This record gives sequence, structure tokens and C-alpha cells, in this order.
Amino acid sequence: MHTKRKRNLSVTLALLPTWFAAVVVYIGTMFWSIRMSFTDSTLFPSSNYVGFAQYVKLFHSAKWLASLQNVLIFGVLYVSGCLVLGFLLAAALDRKIRFESAFRSIFLYPYAMSFVVTGLVWQWMLNPTLGIQASVRSLGWETFVLDWVVNRNMAIYALVLAGVWQGAGLVMVIALAGMRGIEAEQWKAARIDGIPVWRIYVSIILPQLGPALAAAGMLLAMGVIKTYDIVVAMTNGGPGNSTEVPAKFIMDNLFGRQNLGLATAGATMLVLGVVLAVAPFRYAMYLRSNRAKGAA
Amino acid sequence: MARPHPNGPKPAQITAGRIGLYAFLFVAALFFLLPLYTMIVTSLKTMDEIRLGHIFALPEAPDFSAWVTAWSGACMGTVCVGIRIGFWNSVAITVPSVALSVFIGAVNGYALSLWRPRGASVLFGLLMAGGLIPYQIFLYPMVRAMANISLYNSLAGIILVHVIFGLPLVTLLFRNYFVSVPEELCKAARVDGAGFWRIFFEIMLPMAVPMIVVVSMLQFTGIWNDFLLGLVFAGRDNLPMTVQLNNIVNTTMGERTYNVNMAATILTAIVPLAVYFLSGRWFVRGITAGAVKG
Repeated sequence: MHTKRKRNLSVTLALLPTWFAAVVVYIGTMFWSIRMSFTDSTLFPSSNYVGFAQYVKLFHSAKWLASLQNVLIFGVLYVSGCLVLGFLLAAALDRKIRFESAFRSIFLYPYAMSFVVTGLVWQWMLNPTLGIQASVRSLGWETFVLDWVVNRNMAIYALVLAGVWQGAGLVMVIALAGMRGIEAEQWKAARIDGIPVWRIYVSIILPQLGPALAAAGMLLAMGVIKTYDIVVAMTNGGPGNSTEVPAKFIMDNLFGRQNLGLATAGATMLVLGVVLAVAPFRYAMYLRSNRAKGAA
Repeated sequence: MARPHPNGPKPAQITAGRIGLYAFLFVAALFFLLPLYTMIVTSLKTMDEIRLGHIFALPEAPDFSAWVTAWSGACMGTVCVGIRIGFWNSVAITVPSVALSVFIGAVNGYALSLWRPRGASVLFGLLMAGGLIPYQIFLYPMVRAMANISLYNSLAGIILVHVIFGLPLVTLLFRNYFVSVPEELCKAARVDGAGFWRIFFEIMLPMAVPMIVVVSMLQFTGIWNDFLLGLVFAGRDNLPMTVQLNNIVNTTMGERTYNVNMAATILTAIVPLAVYFLSGRWFVRGITAGAVKG
């Protein structure tokens, strides 16, 4: 019995730092922040509770509302853009292509780069005075316009373009791995039936890749909620509020404007957003694993 | 049988479809390569040449002075010391953070999957939930806590923060790895009298080398590419390369030196790119493992 207890002690000790991180850092700081969101804290934490006043203020802030709208537009286009382009690239690479591994490296390398680098490169390419716009105009097309980063109606799409460039390779890799796992018999059967190749990809392969693509989409969607670096690097929220995002709103209010109560209210909404986004997905997985157990 | 090779019949001859397929791939490759090409050619031009507005033109004569300036003379506000400070800061932050978080992740994965102590699933669940939560909710109280223990704005502080926020991913990957290890192996060693740490160091760690490589690479690129945590926790003297790069490019006074900016951008990207190109399939394994199992 003595040695058993000693052994258990080792395990407990080994996991102690992680327990500490999970309970104190993750849960502790989260509740601290949530509590702050119900106070009138500005530069320093205060314990003067004001109920939901900060949340009311938050949802009367034009900047916050613009942030929400922007992140929604960016998120939908970025995730679906990455999924569609990634799937198409994977399907093309799955067709016995020459130089397949070279193509794959080219499509994936942006994923190894940071959002800051991504944002800066595209900011430069889309620079209206010296970038692509100027180049095309000097070729003779004088009215060509590509001013997305300085145009408040288009700036959010510049972020989408840069984001898809960076993230589509991830989806391609995951989709390609899934395609390589599909059984050869299915292909033979479908070909004998005379089904065209593109239909095989859409009607037979796409449904089978569903879970893997959903996981990839989930991963990208989590990234969307945290979107910060790419905006800071590429547009810094402008022009106007046209590329402000919630994570940046929170950072500005935490460290720039010393508005702790409002910032933590925003952060709490962000956490709530994650819970709302993840819960249905997790619930579906839970149902499916239960069903699988029941069937077995 | 699943095969590690392309599907479908072997194409007999060149058809319109095949041409379309290659056309699509080449256009896509062009789209993906264009920013890299632009970065490189811009960094090799003089500002006079850049002002002509031919962003895709090759430099008349490659000029490396922008690289020298980017490395050792580019300005952040009024301080002109180049991005090399940030480079060494990033090295000093990334290397210990990766080593520590991989070690702790391996211990966690091993303990959680092969010893299953009480509360193992609770701890794992907490970590996974924590991995999904946006950092913004942790930041301010973390800053105060770090200040209380005198680690705010210090190298040790930013390393600790990276280790803590890396826990969910590294634990997940190592747990999934050790779950597939036969339990009998661990039991047999226990019968022979080996303890928790001996089994870990002598049996499990050597066995997990492939996973260690994958996780290290994933953590390395992740931490090197981090911007937010470095900005908040590292302090002025330890700012990582990404933060200094952004300062160089976006806070300049006067005319922007695009050639220097692009040289600095390449220098910042080059380390994770080297990891990516040198490691090949390992990197792919890492991101797919992290994505699909997450």
C-alpha cells in the first residue's frame, strides 16, 4: 500500500502545474474578468457594481457594433473561402498530377507564416499608389481600381483575401488526407456507373469528408473570433471603423483607453460567442458517438 | 484498402479536362506565390525604383542595402537598431518556451492516458475548454498577477505565459499519442518496480520521439508567429520579432521605405518558413493532427 500511495503522489505532483494553470489561470482569471464587467472599473479595477451598465454601453457603442458586423462578414467569407478553395485544390491534386508535392508545398507555405507577415505583404500589394493598381494602370488600363485597403467599403474584403491566402492550404491538406483514405472500390464502382469525375467529388467524396472539413472549419472559426494580428498589421481597424474587430476593440479598451469595465464586458461577450459556436458542434459529436455506441 | 496514392483511373491522353485542371493549378500557384515574389523583388529594389510603381517588375540591379538596413538599422519610432534585436528576442522567447511546453505536454499526456489519476477527465476537459477561450478574457488579470510576482515585462514572464497557453494543444497531442500505447507495457514496467518517472524517461519518452518532433515544430512556429502575447507580456526589452516588425512598418515617420519593410518581413517569416520547408511532411502531420483531433 505504501508504494502505491507514493506512486500516486508522483502522478499528482506531475500534474500539479497543469491543475494550477487550468484552475487558477484559466478559470480564475476568466471569472475575475467577468466580475469586472459588472463594475465601473476604468484604469484600475473597482468594486463598485453597476449591473449590466457596461453591456448596455457596449451595445450602444457604434465601434463595437461595427466590430461585430465586420467579424461576421469576415468570418463567413474567410471560413467558406478557405473551405471551398482548399477543397478544390485538394480535388485537383488528387487527379494524378505531375509535380504534386511541389504544388502542395506552394499552397501550404503561407500557413507557416504569421498573420502579421500576411497582413503586411497584402497591405503592400494592395497599396493604391505603388501596388497592383499602379502596375495595371501603367500597362494602359488607366481606370483600373484596386484600392481595397484604403476604401472603407472594401477594406474588409482585403482582409478576407489575405486570410484565405494564408489559410486555404490547411483545408487542402486535411481534405487531401481524407481523399487518400477513400477506398479504391468506391472509385471503380462509380466509374463503371459512368458518373463524371466532378460529380464523384461532389456527391460521393464531399459527404465522406464532412467530419474532417467540419473540424477544419471549426478551427478556422475559432481563429476568426480571435482575429487581431492581421487587422493590426494590415489596416489597424480603418479606414474609419471598417475593419474594427471585437478582439481589437477589447485590446484598445484594455490597454489604450483604460476602460477596463467595457473591455471585460466585450471579452465576456466573446467567450459567450465561442460557447454558442462550439456547443451545437460538440452536442452533435456527442449524439453521434452515442449513436455509434448504440449501434455497436 | 486505403492507398496513399492518387485516386481515379490513370489518364490515357491529354484531354480538355486535363488542360483545365493544370490551368487551375497554375493560376492557383501563381496566386499563392505572388506575395512571396513581390516581397523578394521589392526588398531588392531601391526606393527610386519602387516609386516607379511597377510592383512586379524585377529589380534592375539587385540591391541588398535594404536587407542590411532592415537587419541593423530600421527604425521603430525614434530607435533605429533594426530587426535583429527582435530576432534574438524571438529566439530567446521561443526556444525555452518550446522545450518547456513540450516536456510538460509529454508528462501530461503520459500521466492522463496511462495512469488515469482521479480527476484526469476533468483536467483534460478544463484544458480543452481553456484552449477555445479567446485570450482577451485572460489578459488583464494575467498582467496583474504577473506584476504581483514581478514577472510582468520580463523574459521569464513571456515564457511562462507561452507555456501556460500552449498547454491545451501540447497535452491534447501527447494524450492522443500515448492513448495508443498498449497499457500492458506500462503495467509490466510497474510490476518490475519502475516508478512514474522512470517509466516516463526510459520507456515513454524515447518511444514518443516522432510526436516530440511534430509538437516541437507546431509550437515553434506558433510561438515564433505570436503577436498578441508578446505585445502584452514581453515588455519593451524583449519584444518579439513580429511586434517589432509591425512597429517598423506601421509606425514610421516620414516616407515609408517599402524595400526595408519587405526585407524585414521576409526576415521575420524566414524562420518558420525554414522549419516548414526543411521538415516537409512532419509539419503537415503536425497541423493535421492538431486540426482533426482538436
